[in-house]
Parts: sequence; C-alpha cells; structure tokens
Amino acid sequence: MTSAPETRRAFFLVMLAAASAVFLYPFVWLVVASLKPRSRTFADPFVPWPHPFSPQNYAAVWDAAPMLAWLVNTLIVGFMAALTVTVSSAFVAFGFAYFRFPGRGVLFGSVLGTMMLPSAVTLVPTYLIWNSVGLTGTQVPLWAGNLFGSAFYIFLLRQFFLSIPRYVFEAARVDGASYLDLFWRIALPLARPALIIAFVFELKASWFDLMKPLIYLQDPRLFTLPRGLKAIVDQFYQGGDPKWEIVLAAGVITTLPLIVIFFIGQRYFVEGIATTGQRG
Amino acid sequence: MRTRPRLRTETRWAYVFLLPWLLGLVIFQVGPMVASFVLSLTDYDLISSPRFAGLGNYAEMLKDPKVAAAIGNTAFYTVLHVPLAIAIALLLALMLNRITGRAAGFFRTVFYLPSMTPYVAVGVLFLFLLNGQAGLVNQFLGLFGIDGPQWTTDPAWVKPGIVLMSLWNLGTTTIILFAALRNVPRELYEAAMIDGAGPWQRFRSVTVPMISSALFFVVIVNTITSLQMFDQVYTMYFGSQSAQQSSGDAALFYVVYLFQQGFQFLHMGYASALAWLLFAIIAVITVIQVKAGNRFVYYESEPPGAAERGTR
Repeated sequence: MTSAPETRRAFFLVMLAAASAVFLYPFVWLVVASLKPRSRTFADPFVPWPHPFSPQNYAAVWDAAPMLAWLVNTLIVGFMAALTVTVSSAFVAFGFAYFRFPGRGVLFGSVLGTMMLPSAVTLVPTYLIWNSVGLTGTQVPLWAGNLFGSAFYIFLLRQFFLSIPRYVFEAARVDGASYLDLFWRIALPLARPALIIAFVFELKASWFDLMKPLIYLQDPRLFTLPRGLKAIVDQFYQGGDPKWEIVLAAGVITTLPLIVIFFIGQRYFVEGIATTGQRG
Repeated sequence: MRTRPRLRTETRWAYVFLLPWLLGLVIFQVGPMVASFVLSLTDYDLISSPRFAGLGNYAEMLKDPKVAAAIGNTAFYTVLHVPLAIAIALLLALMLNRITGRAAGFFRTVFYLPSMTPYVAVGVLFLFLLNGQAGLVNQFLGLFGIDGPQWTTDPAWVKPGIVLMSLWNLGTTTIILFAALRNVPRELYEAAMIDGAGPWQRFRSVTVPMISSALFFVVIVNTITSLQMFDQVYTMYFGSQSAQQSSGDAALFYVVYLFQQGFQFLHMGYASALAWLLFAIIAVITVIQVKAGNRFVYYESEPPGAAERGTR
C-alpha cells in the first residue's frame, strides 16, 4: 500500500511522456525536414536531425517570396487588431460594469447574443461594407472592425471590473475624479492581467486568420504570413513547380514567432483559457 | 428628488462608454444580418444590381448536390471529431491531474503547443505527414507492418485524415478539463472511498458530475467550431486546380463551399442563403445540446443557465 501511489505516479509520467512525444514530434519533423535538401525530405523520418544539413532552404524562401514583408504585415495587423479590440472592449466593459442604467440587461444580453452568431452569416455584407468605402484591397478590414469591441472580451473584462471593490471607485469620485479618470486611472491599471489576456488572444487569432486576408487582399506585398504561406503551398506544393523545402521552411517561419510569443505570455494563455474557456 | 439630475448624467455617461459597442452592433452585426437575409432573396454578383429571386436560392440549395455533399462531409467530421477530441483530452487531463507540480505544468505546455500553430501551417504540415507514399504517419504505421492508406488523395480516406489532423489540436480542451478537475474538492473522493467506492465508481459518481459543466461547455464549443471548419481544409485541398482535383468533393466542407460561392463565383445571394442555413443548423444543434445538457449538468449552487462563468 505504501509504494502504490509512487508506482502509479511513475506510470502516469511514462504515459504522459509518450503522449508528449506524439504531440511534439511533428514539430521536430517539420524543422528537420525544412533543413534537408528536397530529395531527402521524406527520407529517415525518425532521425531527429537534418542530414545532409541544408540551411540554404531558408535563403531560397527569402528569394522566392517577400517573407520579411509578410512578417512585418502580420505584426502590424496583429498589433492593431489586438490593441484596438483590447482598448475598445475595456471601454465598453467598464460601461457595463460600473454604471446602472435603464436597458442594461437587454444590452448586455445583446453582447452575449452576438457571441452565438456564426461569422459566416455576416461575411458577405461585411465585405460589401468595406467595398462601399473603398477599403477592400487594403489591410484595414483585417482589424478595423475591432474598434467597436468584441463580445467575448467585453464579457471577460466586465467580469474583471466587477471584481474591483466599488469603494475604490467611490473614493476617487469623492476626490473629484471624472468617469473617464475612473476608467483610465483606476480600472485599466487594475485590470492589467485581463487586458494582457485579451491582447494575446487577439494577437493569436489575428495571426491565425486566413479567411479575411483571402477575401480582402489581392496584392501579394500586403499578405500576412498565413495568406502568404497559402500562396507558397499553391505554387510550390500543388503547382507544377514542386519545391517542398521552400514550403516547409515557410511553414517554420510562419509558426516560430507565435511559439516564441506563447512562451513569453504563457501564464496569460493558460490562465485565460482555464478561467474563461476561450476556444483556442 | 436631489439624485435625479445626477442619475441622468450617469446614464448619459454610461451610453458614452457603450457607444463603440452600439455602433458596432448596428454596423457590423444587426445591419449585416438584415442585409444578409435580404441578399439571400436575390441574385447578386457585385457588378449588376441585386435581382429579386424570392426563395429561389433556398430552392436551389435543396437541389444542389454540392450542398448535400458539404453537409455530409461536415457532419461526418463533426460526429467523429467532437467525441474523439473530448475523450482524448479528458484522458490527458485525468493523467495530468494524477501527477502534480511542475511536471503537470510542463506536459500541459506541450499539449498546448500545437494549438499555437497557425491553421495554415497545420494544413501544410499534415499535407506532408499524411502523404500516402512517404509521409510520417504511413511510415510509422509501416513499423507495425500496416500498409497505410492514401490519406490525401483517396476520397474515402481524406476525411479520416482530416479528423486525425484535428486530434493534434487538443490543447485548449485539455486545459479547460484539467482546470475543472483541479477544482473538484478532495473531500468528495475521500468520502466516496470511505463509502467503499472503487476507481470507476469514483469517476462515474464524483468526477463526471463535478466537471459536467466544463464537459458540456467543450462539447458545445467543439461542435460549433467543427461545423465552421475552414482554414486547414482550404489550405490542403482548395485554392489551386490540382489540389482540388486530387480529392474531388471529399474535402468540401460547408464553409469552404460558402466561401467559394460568395468570393470565387461571386454568387453573393446564394452564399447568403447558405450562411442562413448554416446559422439555422448551428442554432438547432446548440438548442438540442443545451436542452440535453441541462438534464445531466450538475451546477454547484448556481441555477442552470447562469452564464456567469469565469469570475475570480
């Protein structure tokens, strides 16, 4: 009876290690294959180092496609999307959390209701809106909708603001603070962890997005990384000019920065998912 | 009466704060919903002005074999993906819950990493891994003497391949279930053990009821996202001629077809009708799941339907 928990723990450790290998090995394969010459892409799939070593694949990607421009575009679009949605959602969330006013219940219900609406329903009319103001073909439609807040983050941040004791705000009011002061100087600084959660989630969502760049961008110089990677697959995997090593190296370049961001903000990702149940 | 003017300023300020949301609601939600419905009753190609078509698009959908194929493919995927993904994620979460401390944190990170891989990159990666001749998956099966199928070209194996790919992305579901398991009070297990409950009984009578609201949540979210599957499938099987020919309609998922109709063939009226059918399907399935869920979900002190998850 005494050693049973120990052996059981060891058993679970071994099982989890095996599962980890299954989840991690595709990454290893991707990186290794991206560093091999084309003729060896599929050879020795279980050897976890590139042989022969062919780092020039990455130089080839650089020549074949404007990867650096795509990376910069992705960072700009992602930053704009994350910043706008975080600030606007916090602003609205504060309105719902602090004030008591007629219609609050119904309006907050509308926030929850839009979370249920599949984005496919508004896809075509949203395109027509951006088209009518002449912004299709630019990166603006990829983030500007975020200026109006997003239901999920409004919900998340409202919950956070509600947890701030009300006397904190009332004391500031007595000292003559305006409502905008309450928001900027008290609510926002206290909500830092929740704001970071919203920011990193939206940065990730923007980095994942393929549909909007497909719909709105024609000029390859404006592409984001996922849209660019899709163009590379079409040309160098499916097209008549198979250069797998370029596709694989571009895949690594698309993925790696996000993994780095994840390790920096890991705490916030895990906390955010565990407490809110955000879909990934 | 002294408070009245102040109340009114407060209300005015409240609406100042809500203004971005209200504008967005009108411009990007309610307006497009109405527009989408009106468009679904027309033929519109973006160039000439919309022509009223009544219920023509909806009648067309019923006859369109591609709609039937897309619904069939999406249903096939959803029915396999949701239970498999949740079962495996639950298994991983249960094991994480048995080991404690830093090791659990490490494994949790590992399981989440695939979820940080952009879907286009996942699609690209699995085009290689599922390659019928030489991909990693078939070479692995070969170690056991199994001759793996042509995952990416044989129409019978394209969707199972997509399901396999989807099971690499379990991180979010695992984290949610693991967090729920950690919130189950230990005393309940101790009490059950005193009552003589074995491991299976403890799982059935303590664990499952105590995490039922999290299970319910991941079922609903996984179902809704499965029904809207697009990025990975589009990356692998659409966008270029040769890609599309190799798999036929086996990978034609619902949102892929909607996207093609709307933005490749510029049948914007038809695409809008397709969008409303999808909305109806998702709404009906969600309502059924919520109805069924309310019967088996155990809510600690909160009444069913209280959507106030995630405080603290």
